[in-house]
Amino acid sequence: MSDKFRNTLLTIAFIAFLFFVAWLADSYLDEYVMRVVRTGLIYVTAAVSYNLINGIAGQFSLGPNGFMALGGYMVALLILPLEQKEFVWFLQPLIWPFRIFSLTKPLFPLALAIGGAAGALGALIVGVPSLRLRGDYLAIATFGFSQIIIVLANNLIPVTNGALGIKGIPEYANVYWCLTWAILTVLVISNLANSSYGRAMKSIRDDEVAAEAMGIPIFKHKLLAFVVSGFFAGVSGGLMASLITTVSPSLYSFSMTFNLLIIIVLGGLGSITGSTITAFAFTILSEALRFVESPINIGPVHIPGIAGMRMLVFSLLLVLLMVFYRQGLFGQKEISWDWVLSHFKNRDYQGVKTCPQKTDRS
Amino acid sequence: MSSKNGSILALDNVTVSFGGLLAVSDFDFTLQRGELVGLIGPNGAGKTTVFNIITGQYEPVSGKVFFRGQDITGWRPDRVTCAGIARTFQNMRLFEGLTVLDNVLVARHSKLRSSMLAAALNLPSYVKEERQAETKAMELLDRVGLVDLAHTQAGSLPYGQQRRVEIARALAADPEVLLLDEPAAGMNPEETMRLMEFICGVRDEFGLTILLIEHDMKLVMGICERIRVIDYGMSIAEGTPEEIQGNPKVISAYLGEEACDYA
Repeated sequence: MSDKFRNTLLTIAFIAFLFFVAWLADSYLDEYVMRVVRTGLIYVTAAVSYNLINGIAGQFSLGPNGFMALGGYMVALLILPLEQKEFVWFLQPLIWPFRIFSLTKPLFPLALAIGGAAGALGALIVGVPSLRLRGDYLAIATFGFSQIIIVLANNLIPVTNGALGIKGIPEYANVYWCLTWAILTVLVISNLANSSYGRAMKSIRDDEVAAEAMGIPIFKHKLLAFVVSGFFAGVSGGLMASLITTVSPSLYSFSMTFNLLIIIVLGGLGSITGSTITAFAFTILSEALRFVESPINIGPVHIPGIAGMRMLVFSLLLVLLMVFYRQGLFGQKEISWDWVLSHFKNRDYQGVKTCPQKTDRS
Repeated sequence: MSSKNGSILALDNVTVSFGGLLAVSDFDFTLQRGELVGLIGPNGAGKTTVFNIITGQYEPVSGKVFFRGQDITGWRPDRVTCAGIARTFQNMRLFEGLTVLDNVLVARHSKLRSSMLAAALNLPSYVKEERQAETKAMELLDRVGLVDLAHTQAGSLPYGQQRRVEIARALAADPEVLLLDEPAAGMNPEETMRLMEFICGVRDEFGLTILLIEHDMKLVMGICERIRVIDYGMSIAEGTPEEIQGNPKVISAYLGEEACDYA
């Protein structure tokens, strides 16, 4: 049995195990906990896709909230029941194609795929002009793009219902769909990252001039990374819309990008394992840290509850990490099956490899 | 219009300027298939600029570059490389975060025919191509004596080995013309000797045409069949190593005007 075949089997077994765990959790855990789990899985999808452009291709984008918004609104428009559409757009009618149909529950995956396509298209449109820019300039251009999307969301009332948002979206995003897309994202992006295309993207990250001199069309590869990233960001936006059952411009505001940035930097830019783990940890931590926003009495001192204190904790964490541990939890490393197995076998531990043949997912 | 008597590479009256500074002016140059030519000159003479013109990093203000008779002036660097001109860099530009093997494999990427979808889904057609690329890369690493270090991170290697990785990477692009920018920089005499043998060896083995920039005169005089000297962006001499060594213009360019009187 070749190593590759063994790894594939292990991956399949692990995925089956994850679904089994999801089923157990869905049966026994309460609604609140499951909501956190689903949010965590959606954050995995969003963060891993964001890591492709920022960590693997090394292009500093600040636009994922824009792509997520595109996917989120698209999915909302597709799956919102017709009567709800009439109810939401009571001032101005909804624009044509969406006015006359609504996708039912079995077609939810199709809606997500279309939401992803919307994100990918958005990435293509913003990528073509802005990916010729480098570093800070690209960051500013993509930031501008995501702001445009939010402004449009606020004002294109026949499509987005403006600042009021769209309410009553069916909650199709159960734990299985969230898990499926999280796994798909991790599988596809880690396969891509370990492929020849991923190597080309990493070479652009390390040295653009040399990459071009080695025959890599850099613009094309940046755009590929951008579009793939935009697709999965769109899907995650759609899942989020269906999970929260409401979309509004504030859901996809810049703070979403900021959260994702914290996740991928904490996990290690370029590490899919890192993004996956920190995306989950981030979600759990932001629930666990709710207490810092409630009023606290320390002896005689009374601290009134301050909304937004959680972000202060995360920001502080980010500052500390940048000062003491710049490469994040995983750096550019991945956990691979080879690495996991070396812990069980004859202890011929070789350390976490920088570029494993096959990455693990959690 | 010249492909200049069937030469593989020709620069025709090329001029490049940065603002008011003429980095290279009216530069004419031809390279015959299979030649090993040295490009020398004092620091700042414009040698690397010539490389950058050939490989498309700079676009000349005037003049043309021909490769196998085809006008490649203004082509993007990746296109030039795919056409068959590979280079190394003076200050080594390895992908330091990647392994040695991956560095070499990056140069094979342009030969890949599978789509990104095939790669992301690990389809058999892609896996087969990838395996072929890996075999080829390992052969090249074997040729430069770095097989054992294939899975080491490139940035962590000592200087001399990084130079060899860079040459292996350039060879992986299947070039017809290889441009080496100061390959012996930072090497000790013994390493330089081995490098000389290596350069001659790969030329014969891969049927390459080599143009190299080098300050180590022992290397240049030892292996180059023809030498071109430039100073202040202008050609000042061309000839066999013996002719160049005795050329007063070359001596004055390197050592100053007065030195000529003693030469």
